[in-house]
Amino acid sequence: QVEQVKLLDRFSTSNKSLTGTLYLTATHLLFIDSSQRETWILHHHIAAVEKLPLTTSGCPLVIQCKNFRIVHFVVPRERDCHDIYNSLLQLSRTAKYEELYAFSYNPKQNESEQVKGWQLIDLAEEYKRMGVPNAYWQLSDANRDYKICETYPRELYVPRTASKPIIVGSSKFRSKGRFPVLSYYHKNKEAAICRCSQPLSGFSARCLEDEHMLQAISKANPSNRYMYVMDTRPKLNAMANRAAGKGYENEDNYSNIRFQFVGIENIHVMRSSLQKLLEVSGTRGLSVNDFLSGLENSGWLRHVKAVLDAAVFLAKAIAVESASVLVHCSDGWDRTSQVCSLGALLLDSYYRTIKGFMVLIEKDWISFGHKFSDRCCQLDGDPKEISPVFTQFLESVWNLTEQFPQAFEYNEAFLLQIHEHVHSCQFGNFLGNCQKEREELKLKEKTYSLWPFLLAEQKKYQNPLYNPDFCPELTLLEPNTVSFNFKFWRNMYHQFDRSMHPRQSMFSLIMNTSEQNKQLEEDIKELEAKIKQRNGQSDVVLVKEQEQTAHPAPVALKTSPCFQKEQPPMPVNDAVRTIEGSNTADNRYSELVSEFSKAEPAVVSLEYGVARMTC
Amino acid sequence: MEFAELIKTPRADNVVLHHPFHPPVEGTLCLTGHHLIFSSRRQDNAEELWLLHSNIDSIEKRFSGSLGTITIKCKDLRVIQLDIPGMEECLNIGSSIEALSTLDSVTLMYPFFYRPMFEVLEDGWSSFLLEQEFELLSSVTNEWRLSCINKEFSVCSSYPPVVIVPKSVDDEALRKVAQFRQGGRFPVLSYYHKKNGMAMLRSSQPLTGTNGRRCKEDEKLVNATLRSGRRGFIIDTRPLAVAQQARAKGGGFEQEVHYPQWRRIHKYIERFNILQESFIKLVEACNDQSHNMDRWLSKLEASNWLTHIKELLTAACLAAQCIDREGASVLVHGGEGTDSTLQVTSLAQIILDPRCRTIRGFEALVVREWLQAGHPFQQRCAQSAYSNGKQKWEAPVFLLFLECVWQIHRQFPCSFEFNEHFLILLFEHAYASQFGTFLGNNENERAKLKLPQKTMSLWSWVNRPEELDKFQNPLYEANSLVIWPSVAPQSLQLWEGVFLRWNRSSRFLEEAEEERMNIIKYNKELQAKVNALRRQLAQLETGE
Repeated sequence: QVEQVKLLDRFSTSNKSLTGTLYLTATHLLFIDSSQRETWILHHHIAAVEKLPLTTSGCPLVIQCKNFRIVHFVVPRERDCHDIYNSLLQLSRTAKYEELYAFSYNPKQNESEQVKGWQLIDLAEEYKRMGVPNAYWQLSDANRDYKICETYPRELYVPRTASKPIIVGSSKFRSKGRFPVLSYYHKNKEAAICRCSQPLSGFSARCLEDEHMLQAISKANPSNRYMYVMDTRPKLNAMANRAAGKGYENEDNYSNIRFQFVGIENIHVMRSSLQKLLEVSGTRGLSVNDFLSGLENSGWLRHVKAVLDAAVFLAKAIAVESASVLVHCSDGWDRTSQVCSLGALLLDSYYRTIKGFMVLIEKDWISFGHKFSDRCCQLDGDPKEISPVFTQFLESVWNLTEQFPQAFEYNEAFLLQIHEHVHSCQFGNFLGNCQKEREELKLKEKTYSLWPFLLAEQKKYQNPLYNPDFCPELTLLEPNTVSFNFKFWRNMYHQFDRSMHPRQSMFSLIMNTSEQNKQLEEDIKELEAKIKQRNGQSDVVLVKEQEQTAHPAPVALKTSPCFQKEQPPMPVNDAVRTIEGSNTADNRYSELVSEFSKAEPAVVSLEYGVARMTC
Repeated sequence: MEFAELIKTPRADNVVLHHPFHPPVEGTLCLTGHHLIFSSRRQDNAEELWLLHSNIDSIEKRFSGSLGTITIKCKDLRVIQLDIPGMEECLNIGSSIEALSTLDSVTLMYPFFYRPMFEVLEDGWSSFLLEQEFELLSSVTNEWRLSCINKEFSVCSSYPPVVIVPKSVDDEALRKVAQFRQGGRFPVLSYYHKKNGMAMLRSSQPLTGTNGRRCKEDEKLVNATLRSGRRGFIIDTRPLAVAQQARAKGGGFEQEVHYPQWRRIHKYIERFNILQESFIKLVEACNDQSHNMDRWLSKLEASNWLTHIKELLTAACLAAQCIDREGASVLVHGGEGTDSTLQVTSLAQIILDPRCRTIRGFEALVVREWLQAGHPFQQRCAQSAYSNGKQKWEAPVFLLFLECVWQIHRQFPCSFEFNEHFLILLFEHAYASQFGTFLGNNENERAKLKLPQKTMSLWSWVNRPEELDKFQNPLYEANSLVIWPSVAPQSLQLWEGVFLRWNRSSRFLEEAEEERMNIIKYNKELQAKVNALRRQLAQLETGE
């Protein structure tokens, strides 16, 4: 505990600050300012802590979080600062999984609730929903004991014609044994999205089993003779891999394949791209042109566009040409996960529902071994393994929700919340790098699943504009990927910089109104029933009626809680109060935070930086 | 009729029209004095296009064999294409359109010929008189007076006949001040902040020249707006260097020695020709869909458009801040005081004055701060973003103002009574219209052209209930507070409703917007129903 600590505003040019007390707990860093407002930061969210040179007012400490929050403290005494710094370094770097928050987090669920929570998302059920197993596809037990591929799940779907020797042979010809398996099956087109890692082809190597495997996939699709093989890497990278005995499919060796590079950059490029973006967007007093050129130089939006373009290519191959597609990159757990999951999202409206999106993440990301632990740096490890691949996936989905505001059951808050928990290590879902590791950690016994918690509060994540009929089942969502359609995701990268967000949020207004409408509908039903009852009563039981009128308060007025608050004739107008920012000299329009939350009487919604009094 | 001479070929058949979001359609093209009319002549669903010649910004002709193609670029940024069979017909039509869309004489413009098909409930020409504005002002303060010094436009040709000035300054003094300010634009009241009695004045630059001329009456006039012992702020929309250079040409700025109670701040807002260039570049960037991400972003950056937006918003916020936060009076001017000055004063009012965020209040603002204040609409809006680089006086000064309002609107979506369509409507009508409102460069010219007698006012049309309905923002709730927008680059956005309007389908966005409105509407219905039911129940209960 350190007192008299100052919290500086990140974008303030005037060193305006809040003074308060800093606490370190076992799991969180907590700052309570003089007006008793609390800022909680989970240790696992801390990406970097930096001690800046001593100033006259104290020792500055900058904490960067994985959810893009950046806090800037000034600690009066250097020794305290040094202590906090060291503690945070230790607390934010975990060496063992068992020390992660998820293992100590106790949400007061009993054991059966915990088990049920983990059963909420059932992938076998999901494959059944897609229509497999069927005449062409079957469940393979080849990897039941993780013998063929450690980073794949136990249960894999492959073409019926792919025998065990073919599977084994093919897996030996693929990086990390990640042989081609089913990721998504489109029942109307009978076409499949399959995924794998790169072939170990080098300059000339061949593998007959692998060739048979691809043929089997191709033949499992009765409606089209050819299939696509999408290498999601830039051609140059793929060619360079040949020198290391890896590479890509030679069209001459595989019959009826159409090979295609789509040019998504690797994890290292993505990491530095996001880093550049954050550097620019975090600059104080940023000019428009510096922002735009920084956005351009970072390449971030170019990468997001490349990912989405690849997904569109994939989805079109299936929906328009009825062709099956095999997707791979190098190891088949980063770009491949992005493209397969986004492709499926464009093809199947189920993944645009709240539950469906959970299933999609469980399937293409968690079960197929996207290395969440390495990519999100859950344990202290190789910084070169960190990469915002999943963030980029969420951003691609966000872009789609912006283009099709009525196609998704979930809203932006849902995406942000998932992002939050991918890094929080509070739930077991994203811990570890693959299913085998998760089983060894006994996550299902020792930790809780995130999904039931999100479902329990799904009201917060529902898109009030959602129209289930927007896009009938299995019709393709066709986004326009013209450059100007891609925007900087302010609510992700500046989620905690409230001064940058609209002061009145249309989103929360619509959310609240839509919520209120449901309540009002209930009220109307209730009132109508009462009136009906009244009318009935007045005819039949007169005595009772008289009895009731003698009561001082009419029954109806006591009924619904919503009701009592809505006594004024036009409650909507009173219900939503707009707020005002304030500022001082020379246009520091980012100074608003403190004043405006202080003046605010009621609910403050942090995500959107807008406070409103709700009814 | 002289138009007949210009129309060499009044009609062409088998013309194919390509316009945004529609498949090509074949039909007949007709030219009239003011319109280009296309009709597909299909019985079932006659597809028609009526385009005002004055909306045409530029045309290009191309030939392949005997098929001619005319590409028409409109001032509202739409691009359409006509395939016309027959070389001669195409040439004739092309040159006719060119001639008709670049008529020199204002009196030949469509507003002088337009006969309204609607009943005029209220004559828009007299909807917003400064006298009414003054009446409102008099109810809260008696420090100001209405001066008719400019009745004959003799003191300042770009000012309206009446202006509001400090009571303590008489007309004689005003005459002297007018000679000290460029174009005779002496400081007048632009806005009075009721909350603290502070005033915003606007003028043109003082004619100090190289020898530091001064004008006691000018000093007295501006000082009359100050509370004793308080300072005021002069916001000069030019950088210091430019203001200094202006002295060589007889212009200049207020010297500290002569205006000791005033602090001068230079807040640079670009001049009109730079803005026009920026406008052209932005539209070019938006119209090319083949740009990859890097090229798009660098073109967007190179246009500088959003930089201008940010600068303008910042200057307006500064003015508003001086008035509301510092409790100081403000004088705004640039050089002539007809462009950047008006942008700043009108935007500051959007921020400060809740009345300006209503439909009628916004109309009054446009009339007061733009039309009556002498923004040269005819010069600035003669050409839009497709003008071929030979700019003279054109500049999107008014469009920039509208976009800034839109940016604030986005940040405060519940604080404006009007919606985005209203702003787009004003943009369109400023550039091409059947109404006389935006014709002429100032009130003097409008009076000479007898516009109020000879043309219809845009406000007469807009302010009828059936039109107003389209421009209502259902989220609106009167918000009496000052609204401070964020000017961080991350908070600013491209105005897609104008710049991407013809480049990508916004069907899904519009449907979503409609759904939002439905939710709000439904809410109101439910509220009403609940209230009715409650009354009914209460009656039942007490009625026994």
